[in-house]
Amino acid sequence: MIDEGLKNELAKQGVVATSLQELYNWGRSNSVWPLSFGLACCAIEMIAASMSRWDISRFGSEVFRPSPRQADLMIVAGTVTKKMAPQVVRLYNQMPEPKYVIAMGACAISGGPFKQGYNVLKGIDRLLPVDIHIPGCPPRPEALLHALIALQEKIAGEKLTGPNRPRHLRADAPSEFPVPEFGPHDLVPPKNDALWKPIPFVRAG
Amino acid sequence: MAMPLPVLEELKSLLEAALPGVRTELVPNGPVPAQASLRVAPTDADAAARFLRDDPRLRLDTCSNVTGIDWPDREEKTTSKAIVDGVEKETVEIRRVPGYLEVVYHLYSVSLKHGPVILRQRTANRGDDCTVASLTPVWRGCEFQEREVYDLFGVRFAGHPDLRRILMWEGFLDHPMRRDYVAPDDHEYEPTPHDEVLALAKAHYPAPEAKP
Repeated sequence: MIDEGLKNELAKQGVVATSLQELYNWGRSNSVWPLSFGLACCAIEMIAASMSRWDISRFGSEVFRPSPRQADLMIVAGTVTKKMAPQVVRLYNQMPEPKYVIAMGACAISGGPFKQGYNVLKGIDRLLPVDIHIPGCPPRPEALLHALIALQEKIAGEKLTGPNRPRHLRADAPSEFPVPEFGPHDLVPPKNDALWKPIPFVRAG
Repeated sequence: MAMPLPVLEELKSLLEAALPGVRTELVPNGPVPAQASLRVAPTDADAAARFLRDDPRLRLDTCSNVTGIDWPDREEKTTSKAIVDGVEKETVEIRRVPGYLEVVYHLYSVSLKHGPVILRQRTANRGDDCTVASLTPVWRGCEFQEREVYDLFGVRFAGHPDLRRILMWEGFLDHPMRRDYVAPDDHEYEPTPHDEVLALAKAHYPAPEAKP
């Protein structure tokens, strides 16, 4: 491993020293292709972020792919109804690794104003592994850009070897998640218990 | 020149004069809306609807809205006073009134620029006989809204061309807008629960054990 101080000194002299991991992550994090896929009003903000005023292409993510086979990032932009949830999971399963999920807006992270409703999933993290949550109703395009930058930092910080390597480099980690079925009263199962482990909560009074 | 819409009482007598044998009932609605409506029996609904659409004075060519109402079973108390042996006695009689479902149609005339006329149909009960007549053959725009009423209230529309669930999935058994619908018990932590949500939170998250 090259010393950080030496690397900086070399950079000042116009010599670039890097590692394969850095180069690989640098390339990946600056060309995150999202799936073009929106569920509700948050999708309008996502579209605004991709247009000239906010211009998501400054961060290398302007290529919204209409096919999950070509996408790296799923932006869950909007309310996930129970009727839509199996299709969302199926789309995620069709994406190749490495893949990431941004849950955009109050509905996607918790059900939002519809949390007490009978027909809305209480957050997509019950069924999919979410990397970045953006609160807001809807979040502004700046918030989506912030989430994208946070995701890029996360990708850039991934270690390609060792026990903490990301999921797509581990043979034992799942790349697909079970698609819930439509049951007579609710989704079956309503959430993925292997994935969704909320902190135990005790009422104060 | 827009023609004034006949008041509902007048409209009722017009309808009954044109269609002998069809009985309608004026259903009042209290303030603030104060919009009375006309109730027709499901067997007469199609004929009455066609009259309202085609009569040159009415021309109610647009059905803007279809919705449902659930009236659950209720108990009606009647108190009667009688003097027995010089002592005034009060007897309370409790009568059980079976519930029913209603479908409400809001009708407008685009050509004569008047409306709304509110039309109602009522099912026999909330259980095995929840059938009313579909008005989709009269107003094409009712199709999806009647499907929604079927989905959320469980009203069957006889004569509907494609009566399937529209919002919930095929195989879903409940009708969520009915008063006695019980949602799946999947409560999750909320920072500021109150009312029914507080009761749910208490059931799901027992209070910590009291410290000695």
